[in-house]
Amino acid sequence: MIMDIANIRAQFPILSETIYGKPLVYLDNGATTEKPQCVLDVVNDIYMHKNANIHRGVHHLSNVCTDLFEQARKKVAKHINALSDAEIIFTRGTTEAINLLAFSFGETYCREGDEIVITTMEHHANIVPWQMLCERKRMKLRVAPIFDNGELDVDGMYELMNERTRLVCVAHVSNVMGTVNPVEKIVSKAHSLGIPVLVDAAQSMPHKAIDVQKIDCDFLAFSGHKMYAPNGSGALYGKAKWLNEMVPYHGGGEMIEKVTFEKTTYNQLPFKFEAGTPDYVSAIALGRAVDFMDEIGMINIENHEAEIVKYTIDQLSAIPGVRFIGEARDHSSAVSFLLGNVHPYDTGMILDKMGIAVRTGHHCAQPLMDRFGISGTVRASFGVYTSKEDIDALVKGVDRVRMMMM
Amino acid sequence: MTINEIQDEIVEEFSDYSDWMDKYSYLIEIGNDMPPYPEAERVQQNVIEGCQSTVWIYASLTDDNKIHFEADADAIIVKGIVGLLIRVLSDQSPADILNADLYFIDKIGLKENLTPTRSNGLLSMIKQMRLYAMAFNAKLGN
Repeated sequence: MIMDIANIRAQFPILSETIYGKPLVYLDNGATTEKPQCVLDVVNDIYMHKNANIHRGVHHLSNVCTDLFEQARKKVAKHINALSDAEIIFTRGTTEAINLLAFSFGETYCREGDEIVITTMEHHANIVPWQMLCERKRMKLRVAPIFDNGELDVDGMYELMNERTRLVCVAHVSNVMGTVNPVEKIVSKAHSLGIPVLVDAAQSMPHKAIDVQKIDCDFLAFSGHKMYAPNGSGALYGKAKWLNEMVPYHGGGEMIEKVTFEKTTYNQLPFKFEAGTPDYVSAIALGRAVDFMDEIGMINIENHEAEIVKYTIDQLSAIPGVRFIGEARDHSSAVSFLLGNVHPYDTGMILDKMGIAVRTGHHCAQPLMDRFGISGTVRASFGVYTSKEDIDALVKGVDRVRMMMM
Repeated sequence: MTINEIQDEIVEEFSDYSDWMDKYSYLIEIGNDMPPYPEAERVQQNVIEGCQSTVWIYASLTDDNKIHFEADADAIIVKGIVGLLIRVLSDQSPADILNADLYFIDKIGLKENLTPTRSNGLLSMIKQMRLYAMAFNAKLGN
């Protein structure tokens, strides 16, 4: 099926905005995506007609919201093919999901001398929580190397796995380079050594069909706002066998079974990990965003974006002085580049005045920048609504920057 | 020239440019024309925090008790912006720097860069230059 991009674009009100009098060219989807009308409508509808706190009320609206919240959980579970919706813990996003895991997994399974394996291309959200755990427990963080083309050195990663390794944490897709990591292979290898694996799916959920049973990962984290849902939504998927054993992260309301001043017993999954009032409005809207993507079809989204990535690389390659950071063979929806010796910030500032939104800088991946000996890149990142016209505007803009700066 | 005379001169120069690309081209030109920054002062202590590009500002007191600023940035537009600040504030007395109302920033359309959230750190640069002025002012016993 060829996607009707014009029709999809028409569903995103913000795409008709003008910036400095020029049509918005939004190529910062890796940071956050825009929201379709159907998702915005859900948020509006709840606040206008349905709002009440979930799980607690005897009253009608509370039950309505609770039902919608749990339906959203089912939608997310089905979308990633989880065995049960109890394996979906709603969080504010990937960062909170990984912090939750680092605390609860760390407190339950880790002790001094243990090791955590990550990779060089992780986002800070999949580095710092593990560093904090390692400091807390006097553990060691081991970092898997990458190749110059931005691909993970999988064999190098395997060499780091041993009997002291408690967890392997890997990005499914690099937020800087778009590199797709072979997570199924990594999981299979780790499991052969009895090591569980966390997949950071923040940059893959919006772009690919995710099947947690096929990947067989033990944990998977993602953010709603990068997949057409509102801010403050996201989830940690975990296999029930782990989640049942792990101690809770936050204490408070809703996560308890019984509280006395002597002892508190905890609620069952997933509520054990959802203390306090969750952002149920955003979570419900996340359910709608999942429907939105499923209606289009993840395979169609993936194919469309693959074409956009290829087109972007082809077109940018024609500009003298452009070089790419990350040229992995399996390349998802982000392209990082530099233009000669031009500072990425200069490129970004000039593109901005042309109405083109890209991200510049280290992209919360400073160790990866160090690996390449650069201070930052210009990143164009794509979504379901990205058109070839967007890319043409980008290419024209980058060429303009070249003429001004080089 | 006084601080305000220089500001008026800059405002006059920028009035020729209505298009942002022309303004940026002019900032690039200013950045490229800046005198070389002393390598000995390219140290962490002189780095302005809060910029996506790295900015260095160094200040010294001249024989006639004026503050002489030197600066560099690895992004050329940012270098042009800091170049403008230097043109306005360098070789002025600490008191005049502390009392300066930098209205030229608004008048040439750079005001949007003055919010603390902007990653080019214009606000941090001005703050740092004022801090130098305060320090030298104290040193001079004022």
